[in-house]
Amino acid sequence: MASLRTTSRLFAASRPMFRPAFARTYATVEPTPTVQPKIKTFKVYRWNPDHPSEKPQMQSYELDLNKTGPMMLDALIRIKNELDPTLTFRRSCREGICGSCAMNIDGVNTLACLCRIPTDTKTESRIYPLPHTYVVKDLVPDLTHFYKQYKSIKPYLQRDTHTADGLENRQSPEDRRKLDGLYECILCACCSTSCPSYWWNSEEYLGPAILLQSFRWLIDSRDERTAERKAALDNSMSVYRCHTILNCTRTCPKGLNPGRAIAEIKKMLAV
Amino acid sequence: MFSQKLAQQSLRRLAVQQPLAMRSSMMGASPVAVALSKNIQTRQVTSNTQDPNEILVQQRLRRPVAPHLSIYRPQIGWIGSSLHRITGVALSGTLYLWATAYLASPALGWHIESASMVAAMGALPFAAKVALKTTLALPFTYHCMNGIRHLMWDLGRGLTNPVIIKTGWTVIGLSVASAVGLALI
Repeated sequence: MASLRTTSRLFAASRPMFRPAFARTYATVEPTPTVQPKIKTFKVYRWNPDHPSEKPQMQSYELDLNKTGPMMLDALIRIKNELDPTLTFRRSCREGICGSCAMNIDGVNTLACLCRIPTDTKTESRIYPLPHTYVVKDLVPDLTHFYKQYKSIKPYLQRDTHTADGLENRQSPEDRRKLDGLYECILCACCSTSCPSYWWNSEEYLGPAILLQSFRWLIDSRDERTAERKAALDNSMSVYRCHTILNCTRTCPKGLNPGRAIAEIKKMLAV
Repeated sequence: MFSQKLAQQSLRRLAVQQPLAMRSSMMGASPVAVALSKNIQTRQVTSNTQDPNEILVQQRLRRPVAPHLSIYRPQIGWIGSSLHRITGVALSGTLYLWATAYLASPALGWHIESASMVAAMGALPFAAKVALKTTLALPFTYHCMNGIRHLMWDLGRGLTNPVIIKTGWTVIGLSVASAVGLALI
């Protein structure tokens, strides 16, 4: 800008001295259209591990929606960049494939990057970490136990035999189709932390996300340890703490159906 | 070049770690001697000597639990499910209490046999009759109809979002209507 202004002054000096008063000068600026600012309040859960004795609290931030991107993650990034660099949250891909920015927005678990900011500026938006998780800082939950549970179901292909030709383990298109709606899960933990049963029994109950993954390996035609997998689930806690509340299916940001997967596991165990 | 750098580095480390030794060695020995002497620095990568697992346990003790029931948006799915649980407990609790009281009534001298109950109900005004019967009938009708919904889910049917929401409100509507119907009999 500064360089532009000096050049314009140079030009002005080189111009003839007599010119009509109404002529447009370089100093005039095209009038910018006045846009009504759309100020929305965001209330964000804050807790700092450096001061563990201080209780968690909700902090308010105000943003002009005209200058903010459409998604909740855009708002959070803008708060962190421009208003408060101490705000802490996880994010990575900004397109709903990494599952890092899972949080509770306006009472529902979702990915901040896939959640549009409600354009209604009268109501405030409330952002919490995933419900009933241990908070590491602000919006960052401790998912150690969740990942341990995922490891416990052996989420990989288990085979004792090899194919005759020694090449890949083939599958019919019909068998492959059974995995649709299951393999897309990104393990964001939105469903598990929306489940009241998982809130009260997370030590032993596996939760919707891990059970969806269990089902994904149970019905894989290439896996040869189906009986072993079923035996590991056949107890009072692993599966049967599910009381078909179906918050999982309602909240999944990827549109998957963990509730149906658990119902199918129950059917498999009953037969 | 390299040896010079090495000597410089070890001197710098020594100055930081042991300023006294540095002073004496600077006075007595040449920089090369200092560099090649036994002043091998051992420094821990982390400042903490604790077991990392122990640190995690300590951190967890202090971490708050994120709010859950109080902040989750009320939706027909989980509100309906909690009502199913509450009505189930209330119905079976009432049954057990009543049956126990009925067994114990002759010994305690209470009159809760059918004839006296009918007489007591008959003495109530109409509005009180309907209100009392509705409060008894509503948990029953709701629990019954939601139970059918649960049986359907156990068969793996009706487990999509639109159906879950639709059947949830249908059950509420039907149970209220049938409870009022039962109360007016």
